[in-house]
Amino acid sequence: MTELTYLDASREALAGEMRRDPRVWALGEDLGRGGVFGQYRGLAEEFGPARIADTPISEATIMGAAVGAALVGSRPVVEMRFSDFALCAVDELVNQAAKARYMFGGQGRVPLVVRQPIGMWRSSAAQHSQSLEAWYAHIPGLVVVAPATPADNYGLLRSAIRCDDPVVYMEHKDLWPLTGEVPVAADGGLVPLGRGRLVRPGHDVTIVTWSRMVQVAEAAAAEPGAPSIEVIDLRTLWPWDRAMVLDSVRRTGRCLVVHEAVQAGGFGGEIAATVGEELFGVLKAPVRRLGAPRIPVAYAPVLEATSRITAGQVAAAAARMV
Amino acid sequence: MPASLVDRPQPDRANIDRARVLGHFRTMARIRAFEEAADQALKDGHVKGAVHLSIGQEGVASGVCANLDRGDFITSNHRGHGHTLAKGADMTAMMAELFGRATGACQGKGGSMHIADFQVGMLGANGVVGAGIPIAVGAAHAMKLAGDPRIVVCFFGDGAINRGPFLEGLNWAKAFDLPVLFVCEDNGFAATTRTRAVTAGPGPAARSESLGVPSTPVDGNDVVAVDAAAAELVARVRAGGGPQFLHARTYRLRGHTAADPAPYRPAAEVEERWLDDPIRRCRDLLALQGMAEAELDRVRADAVAEAAAAVADGLAAPHPDPALAWTDVQDVDMAEPATVGAGR
Repeated sequence: MTELTYLDASREALAGEMRRDPRVWALGEDLGRGGVFGQYRGLAEEFGPARIADTPISEATIMGAAVGAALVGSRPVVEMRFSDFALCAVDELVNQAAKARYMFGGQGRVPLVVRQPIGMWRSSAAQHSQSLEAWYAHIPGLVVVAPATPADNYGLLRSAIRCDDPVVYMEHKDLWPLTGEVPVAADGGLVPLGRGRLVRPGHDVTIVTWSRMVQVAEAAAAEPGAPSIEVIDLRTLWPWDRAMVLDSVRRTGRCLVVHEAVQAGGFGGEIAATVGEELFGVLKAPVRRLGAPRIPVAYAPVLEATSRITAGQVAAAAARMV
Repeated sequence: MPASLVDRPQPDRANIDRARVLGHFRTMARIRAFEEAADQALKDGHVKGAVHLSIGQEGVASGVCANLDRGDFITSNHRGHGHTLAKGADMTAMMAELFGRATGACQGKGGSMHIADFQVGMLGANGVVGAGIPIAVGAAHAMKLAGDPRIVVCFFGDGAINRGPFLEGLNWAKAFDLPVLFVCEDNGFAATTRTRAVTAGPGPAARSESLGVPSTPVDGNDVVAVDAAAAELVARVRAGGGPQFLHARTYRLRGHTAADPAPYRPAAEVEERWLDDPIRRCRDLLALQGMAEAELDRVRADAVAEAAAAVADGLAAPHPDPALAWTDVQDVDMAEPATVGAGR
């Protein structure tokens, strides 16, 4: 075990996969100098500028070129800098990467990872703060990952790079400095895609969450007077760990879904609906969602806070269900 | 169209390679026969989706692809049957794909706009204008990265030059000095609008040149000229000369889709353009070189028979098993088809 930040864990994961497989390479803006957050620091020195490629500010072509490169046998890791910028590359991701294998009848595969940092971070305002995971979970052909811990950022990124289908990999910017034990190994520490993590057991309410909100849910569960809360970190949004969620809610009888993304149309709706469809008879309370209001994320901290879900809100929501 | 386009002075054809020109005539005849058969099959209800015919543009596909090896790659657009056939794809599998049959090139999952044949390096037609450009650039990038000698040709139309990926992709190709040949098939139309009416500046060549990608103009309806120009550009790309651009002027003799009667252009214009049909011009050239009319007729008849056989095979081919709808989506979470209505 090695103590690493969430940021360093991702770098170790990419470096490990690049050492292991010469077909893996990374492309995006400013990667040579370490990437906008430093998550590529030192990689150009080890692997050279061809495999840690500095690209023009051309998100559509960063993504589209990765599709072409993947179709002919390489394994690109795409950096989009901010998930908000990846919106410039939605055709390339949704119409090309996600569809190529299917519409060509399995002749081609698109083994790429597109890293899209999400979330509110230091007053980044409306165009650098979004959490758009639900958009991609909606698209057949895409795997969607949102790690919450250093160990998961290490193990999930390695698994994502080994996945033969396109993976939308959403790291949370606010988690970069988070430290934790990471099982770094030349060929280990992998976390399977599609498996949730039981963060803490409880018997009154199941909180289903992911990314930055895992910490918030843990803090809520630890608040004095809170009901006994079981916290599940989904880790992968598609495919999501239905079995883990349904097993838990069968025991607790209550389900609260918490996400940083706007609540309306968020992925919490999919989870809530599934729990309602599958477990109507055992539910002790209506399934609840807690997400951001449907407003753009603002700049001024006092306004930005309106969009931020707090541990107090989560604890209160859970308490109201019991 | 000015008469000068028909009566233009011909380059010196004294040293023409007759067998090679006959090869072009055969390739173009096969494309034409395929397109005509697909058009009829659409009318007969056998083709379900939209079809974009490349009738009139066969010279570009044949002239360029004759200079490629089987392992080289191409990307194409929504009007991609000609490029695909010229690259060597199987006509029977292509027709079956248009018919949505299990034996189709893409198992019936793609149809006309997503025809692909990876065995011959055809990385896919595309339903989104200009979308093949970044994909071609990325394939070329991967070749350079791997030290692989194969090159990429990217076909697109004049309408695509107004999309962002055109600028981004050409810039990228030049910035990374990639082995890619861009082929702009300038047929004068962006769907059903005349491209020049919605395009600023002098057009495709100037835009390419502005990015340092040298452009070579060619009469796209003169297959011999296209072949010669493409030979030169492909050689440059293979030799590490970086991206090249071929601006091929041609004309779309049919509507945007097969169902489009193209009322937005005068019938006289189209009639005049038929005089400039690349197949007719190639045939005239071969006849001038002493090829017997009967022999040329036979090439055409063989192509028509091949297309008719492809139609017959396609009609006899099985429809896909409905379970095929669930395959090749993605590996995770697709172990077994979900219950219908479960929404998974």
